[in-house]
Amino acid sequence: MKAASPTIQLEDIHTRFGKLEVHKGLTFALQPGEVTTLLGPSGAGKTIILKLIMGLMPPSEGRVLVMGRNITDLDEAQLRKVRADIGMLFQGAALFDSLTVFDNVAYGLRERGERDELKIKQIVHERLEMVGLPGIDWKLPSQLSGGQRKRVGLARALASSPKIMLYDEPTTGLDPTSTRKIDDLIIKFARERGITSLVVTHDIQSARRVSDRWMLLSRGTIVADGPVAEVEHASRLVSDFVSGEWKDDA
Amino acid sequence: MLKVRELSASLGKYTLLLVDVARDIWRNGISLREVLRQVVWIGNNSLPIVLLTAVFTGMVLALQTAYGLHRFGAKNYVGNLVGLALAKELGPVLTAVMVCGRVGAGIAAEIASMTVTEQVDAIRSLGGDPIRRLVSPRIVAGLISLPLLTGVAVITGILGGLAVATLELGITAHQYYRSYLYAVQIYDVVEGLIKSFAFGLIVVSIACYKGLQCRGGTEGVGLTTTSAVVTGSLAVFVANFFLTKLLIIFKFA
Repeated sequence: MKAASPTIQLEDIHTRFGKLEVHKGLTFALQPGEVTTLLGPSGAGKTIILKLIMGLMPPSEGRVLVMGRNITDLDEAQLRKVRADIGMLFQGAALFDSLTVFDNVAYGLRERGERDELKIKQIVHERLEMVGLPGIDWKLPSQLSGGQRKRVGLARALASSPKIMLYDEPTTGLDPTSTRKIDDLIIKFARERGITSLVVTHDIQSARRVSDRWMLLSRGTIVADGPVAEVEHASRLVSDFVSGEWKDDA
Repeated sequence: MLKVRELSASLGKYTLLLVDVARDIWRNGISLREVLRQVVWIGNNSLPIVLLTAVFTGMVLALQTAYGLHRFGAKNYVGNLVGLALAKELGPVLTAVMVCGRVGAGIAAEIASMTVTEQVDAIRSLGGDPIRRLVSPRIVAGLISLPLLTGVAVITGILGGLAVATLELGITAHQYYRSYLYAVQIYDVVEGLIKSFAFGLIVVSIACYKGLQCRGGTEGVGLTTTSAVVTGSLAVFVANFFLTKLLIIFKFA
């Protein structure tokens, strides 16, 4: 039986900022519908990986393939088409302060050329319902709690029905109830819609709950990779990281 | 050496931003509603300080020149000097510096905040273009607003000079007006407008560029805002010299 081709592939990625080399030959692939959590110490370059996949910045070397297409040489207009298949939940939700919740969620639809306001309204309400926040269309981001902001960010990312979701610290700074809600949504979208998901988090409990697979990033490369149950105990580096005994020179 | 390299890199990136803006406007046109919103915002924020600066500059100019000219029995030429200085130099330059301090700082802070809170990345990830959304309308609004504000500033400055001339120096309004009309030609007004047009581009584009380049959280926003005002003001003074030189060459060509 032929294996499904990966949704995302990173091949020999090097990312440099001046003399600092953040990624040193990073290589991995994400399979369709899989929820992968990327663990690693602060400053390891996890968020940069999300931005590389989204095409928000190019790698210094190497190739990023999204659904088989090399995006490293594409111009901004071509990248915009690729991004239509990718949703991203930013660390602080990154909602547009001057726009209402409705306009925030509708933003991507309008930017991608949707002009039918009735259709936009229907999609926005559906997505807000999906994340458990119906009836808050008119509110401004400043009137929302941290958890609500994250869920509106999620609704916005899901508005254009992406095939890939990138989550940057989705539960950071949230109370346990909000954390649970976000975790359930990540699982729901992956299971029900077959969305390939890459989660960057420091929240180990959340990572255990949502992930099929863990990868540990350290010193610019993936040092551990595999199914959660397997890698958590089999890899000393991962168990050190999870138990808080991680040393950066590991 | 490192500074020189950084400066050339910044100049390169800034030029690319201007090219992107030109390309965006050429290909996609511009949202008139957004431009109008920005023009109103720029006007609302800067008109009071521009008027105050202009009126007191006009008054000081009248006072200083009157005492200088008095020695040669040429006090009646106050309107001449105030008008020329304001129309050609002080009007455009002072307006640009005031707008830079008020509006340039506001634009830089707003875009910088959006950059550090990843809102600019969010625009791109949602299929939008930060140049079209944030930069192009502001630059076009700057190109429209600065000449308008400069015009208002020049008129206000001349009226300030008139007030001092009539109330303090014993010059009649008619003498002041005649002296002004005698000296200020249409070319001088055009020269001032050309300058203010260029300064509008400089002040707003530098503020946008600085905002988009912001790094380092809330501290970065503060530094970016300061840097936008300092760089914008300096750029206005430097550009003023070269523009003046260029306009003189064209005038006598």
